[in-house]
Amino acid sequence: MSDFLKIEGLKAQIDADGTPKEILKGLDLTIPKGEVHAIMGPNGSGKSTLSYVLAGREDYEVTGGSAHFKGQDLLELEPEERAALGVFLAFQSPVELPGVNNANFLRTAVNAVRKARGEEELDAVSFLKLAREETARLSMSGEMLKRAVNVGFSGGEKKRNEVLQMRLLKPSLAILDETDSGLDIDALRIVADGVNSLRGPDFSSLVITHHQRLLDYIVPDRVHVMAHGRIIHSGGPEVATLLEKQGYKQFLEAAA
Amino acid sequence: MPAVSETREAVEKLAKSNYEWGFETNVEMDLAPKGLNEDIVRLISARKKEPQWMLEWRLKAFRAWQEMSEPNWAKIKHPPIDYQDAHYFAQPKKKPGPKSLDEVDPELLKTYEKLGIPLHEQEMLAGVEGAGQKTPVAVDAVFDSVSVATTFRKTLAEAGVIFCPISEAIIEHPELVKKYLGTVVPVADNFFSALNSAVFTDGSFVYVPKGVRCPMELSTYFRINARNTGQFERTLIIAEDQATVSYLEGCTAPQRDENQLHAAVVELVAMEDAFIKYSTVQNWYPGDENGKGGIYNFVTKRGICKGDRARISWTQVETGSAITWKYPSCILAGKGSVGEFYSVAVTNGHQQADTGTKMIHLAPDTRSTIVAKTISAGKSDSTYRGLVRMQPKARNGRNFTQCDSLLIGNQCGAHTVPYIESRNMSARVEHEATTSKISEDQLFYCRSRGFSEEEAVGLIVNGFCREVLKELPMEFAVEAQKLLQISLEGSVG
Ligand SMILES: Nc1ncnc2c1ncn2[C@@H]1O[C@H](COP(=O)(O)OP(=O)(O)O)[C@@H](O)[C@H]1O
Ligand SMILES: [Mg+2]
Repeated sequence: MSDFLKIEGLKAQIDADGTPKEILKGLDLTIPKGEVHAIMGPNGSGKSTLSYVLAGREDYEVTGGSAHFKGQDLLELEPEERAALGVFLAFQSPVELPGVNNANFLRTAVNAVRKARGEEELDAVSFLKLAREETARLSMSGEMLKRAVNVGFSGGEKKRNEVLQMRLLKPSLAILDETDSGLDIDALRIVADGVNSLRGPDFSSLVITHHQRLLDYIVPDRVHVMAHGRIIHSGGPEVATLLEKQGYKQFLEAAA
Repeated sequence: MPAVSETREAVEKLAKSNYEWGFETNVEMDLAPKGLNEDIVRLISARKKEPQWMLEWRLKAFRAWQEMSEPNWAKIKHPPIDYQDAHYFAQPKKKPGPKSLDEVDPELLKTYEKLGIPLHEQEMLAGVEGAGQKTPVAVDAVFDSVSVATTFRKTLAEAGVIFCPISEAIIEHPELVKKYLGTVVPVADNFFSALNSAVFTDGSFVYVPKGVRCPMELSTYFRINARNTGQFERTLIIAEDQATVSYLEGCTAPQRDENQLHAAVVELVAMEDAFIKYSTVQNWYPGDENGKGGIYNFVTKRGICKGDRARISWTQVETGSAITWKYPSCILAGKGSVGEFYSVAVTNGHQQADTGTKMIHLAPDTRSTIVAKTISAGKSDSTYRGLVRMQPKARNGRNFTQCDSLLIGNQCGAHTVPYIESRNMSARVEHEATTSKISEDQLFYCRSRGFSEEEAVGLIVNGFCREVLKELPMEFAVEAQKLLQISLEGSVG
């Protein structure tokens, strides 16, 4: 099946102090297998909400539409089942886990996912070897493996740690929520390489970003413009260039 | 429904996980009649073939106990305990005294196996000669108040370390027992210590001579296995000048309908430059989902740093019991001596825990550290109660206390009750306290990485407790981590 991820008419709301607030208002999006798509949109348009709903966060209530991945109803699955199926979300704001050793966290996560996928678990030695290779590739200091997950990490370190997790968990659908924000140009290159080197027929990605800059390094197959909880325009990589020059105004007016 | 459920549903699911280690061993028992009076005290002493001085010590304790009443200051509630409705002596009929574990009743070994007591004991036994990597562990297994297996005694004897059941020490080393028993926890210190002093049936005795580093971790596994049998363990550990010893205590108990009383007394004596490390993993039956049954655990643990620069370190992971009343304490009498208390207390279901420590600084330059982690889930209630006292002579005394509470759900309670008494101007006492909840963000983050909800809670809780868990000896740390996760099963929706 070529439609790897298929989202149709997706509606989701959140309980905002007792009153439901609709954030996704009938969103359609299809990502074929092996493609990298970008979503760009103004703050508050619902990009992070979309990523959370796809990853299975329970405080967002899906009120309509559907989301299928590899032919399975994604919305039926628990977050950990989605992870096992190959969904990975690089968080816009990675969460701190005080006292939880990063290496230990990564190894347990990798093995949980490998087990669920019917793959062999990694022993401590092979895991550490792999983790060292990957941290080196991302120009992360080995020290980061010894620290508590995201605790005391700088903004850039947190983002790299997300990319590290992605590479270790080997997802087939990676959702990157503003992974570029807060990164300098060198870090941006490194992170982009971390994603690009995973590209292939079995890897799809949804790259959420504000800046065309990232898309110079991770060249997307398609670019979608999101506003008010919907995709209002889709096109090729040129859309990003256009947005960078002219802003969202024309798309918003055209959609109105 | 949010993951950390604030709803009833979560609570109803609670305690569904049956106590994993609830079972009973069918070893024939030799029971004393129910009830407590001077005759029972005499019977216990006679059965133990104790010398006259010991009997008199017990009788004195019994008479003191009769004059006392249960303490009522702790934040715990329970139906009145009928002290006359219990057996105070139980002993497996098959006589103990095997020379090796092979000779131990196979029923008993099976029990240990079911308990998941790391039968690395057995591996260890096999691996002693070539035991390059791991420090061997000596096990003095206490089974229903009677030690039935003691291993590694030879290695210890060669080092000059005495490690034996206290009943044996009373007979074999009366001068040491007489000199120290009841000196740290006086007979009439409290209601439960007086009771214990009158009727204790067994426990461990450790003596590490001057300059000796005990060549292995000492470990005793306690179990309660007889219906209506109160458990009254008595432990005495003495480390002479420059001696070092690490003692591990762990336990689980079979499932029961009646509440079972447990009132242990532990006394530690550390002389000049000595170091005693005492670690506990406590997992007694906490009661069923309605809070019925479960162990009442009233323990008096106290150590004295008698010599200069002596150090005593208590580490405990408390997950079991219906009621826990326990305050491992340090009396810092030697100049520059050090007291430490690292604690994790988990309560779930209807459990109640009132636990903490006392650091009594008597001498100059004494230091103490308290790290207490409290985790409450379900309808449970947990209190940290800590006393730090700087006596007038405790010049430059230092204490640092850190109390952190983690709440799971909103039907549980956590309380921190620090008592600080400083009578020396140069002493400094610092206290930090935090209360937090496991956040939705943390749970979701972990789950999106492939952890189940329960694994995620386990992970976060273990992270929360890390500062304490890292104080445990390696083998125990791994068990303790598992235990934390098991004891919180069903605590999230
Ligand atoms: N937990 C929440 N409670 C209330 N409002 C929320 C919550 N999460 C998101 N929103 C609102 O939903 C809208 C979309 O947010 P978000 O998905 O983070 O947008 P984006 O990532 O595109 O900036 C915003 O108006 C935001 O304030
Ligand atoms: Mg966002």
